[in-house]
Amino acid sequence: MADFTLPKNSKIKDGKVWPEPEGAKNTRTFKVYRWSPDDEENPTVDTYVLDMDSCGPMVLDALMKIKNEIDPTLTFRRSCREGVCGSCAMNIDGTNTLACTSYNSEVKGDIKIYPLPHQPVAKDLVPDMTHFFAQYREIEPWLKTDSQPPERERLQSVEDREKLDGLYECILCACCTTSCPSYWWNSDRYLGPAILLQAYRWLADSRDEATGSRLDQLEDPFRLYRCHTIMNCAKTCPKSLNPAKAIAEIKKMMLERQL
Amino acid sequence: MNLQTPLGRARGLGSAKSGTKHWWAQRVTAIALIPLTIWFVVAMISATGNDYNNAQQFIGNPINAILFILLIVATFHHAQLGLQVVIEDYVHNKPMEIGLLIITKGTVIVLGLSSVFAVLSITFGVA
Repeated sequence: MADFTLPKNSKIKDGKVWPEPEGAKNTRTFKVYRWSPDDEENPTVDTYVLDMDSCGPMVLDALMKIKNEIDPTLTFRRSCREGVCGSCAMNIDGTNTLACTSYNSEVKGDIKIYPLPHQPVAKDLVPDMTHFFAQYREIEPWLKTDSQPPERERLQSVEDREKLDGLYECILCACCTTSCPSYWWNSDRYLGPAILLQAYRWLADSRDEATGSRLDQLEDPFRLYRCHTIMNCAKTCPKSLNPAKAIAEIKKMMLERQL
Repeated sequence: MNLQTPLGRARGLGSAKSGTKHWWAQRVTAIALIPLTIWFVVAMISATGNDYNNAQQFIGNPINAILFILLIVATFHHAQLGLQVVIEDYVHNKPMEIGLLIITKGTVIVLGLSSVFAVLSITFGVA
């Protein structure tokens, strides 16, 4: 059966409460998931209190402030700090999102920060995304053609190019995929919303000539049809995309070639 | 220890090249059940107060009998498709999964056939 309780060594315990900043008038409390592969300890939630008068507005600013000024061992991924790279995807206040585009002020009460759910944790807020990117590689996310390469760039009409809107913006942060219960239970075989949206991005591309074989590879009770339109993906996407709609379009293509 | 590459693990046994029929059948039976269920509820409400002979006549009417059989087939087919999804989602022990799939499918076939048989025996006055 699916596991509905955490194994013993995954039970989260209360962690260290770090000293509050002296003389600060405007403070916020951050509760941050901590786990290290270097010892045999269970994961903990550490408590940090920050002086918000000297902290940037975003959750990522707060995490950097913790790392710079309080606890340099806190580990997380970040790069672009503007919602383009997808590195700082994590679970903030119960929702998968990007730390760099989330305002501290939009969270009420303590700001709780956990790694993306249901992924193996490498350390603290860093999940192991190996399988996610292997699944991305599995759908062969590149243009495939058999025709003679043209002398110049491959042309696309304005209308055909518009079919890629809402798809090309995906930054593969995995917020949607790791919010999907279907992916939690069957990630070994189900591709998940992000990878299926990417798959549709190539199915919808007028320049691609491998539509049929791409559909062949997706037509599977688990790879594609584990999507039960739960819609967590569309709700959580920090880029406001709709992976559920892309998946529905793939299902429509599957049907279209049979009817 | 699993030394398979991440890509090898992701590709697994490959695509089953099926699943669309299941998905489509689930949608079609769901839509078919909307008018059939409305008809069933209306028929049952208007049948209140009927005596045994009236009820027998109602079910024995060819149109009603066919609608009943359609309702039975659509309901049990839809139920089976739905139960299959739940089992595939949550039961990860292969022998148990296959066993449950066979048991639910068998149960649904037995129940459906029994219901159809009941309608037919009323219609043809066997019972």
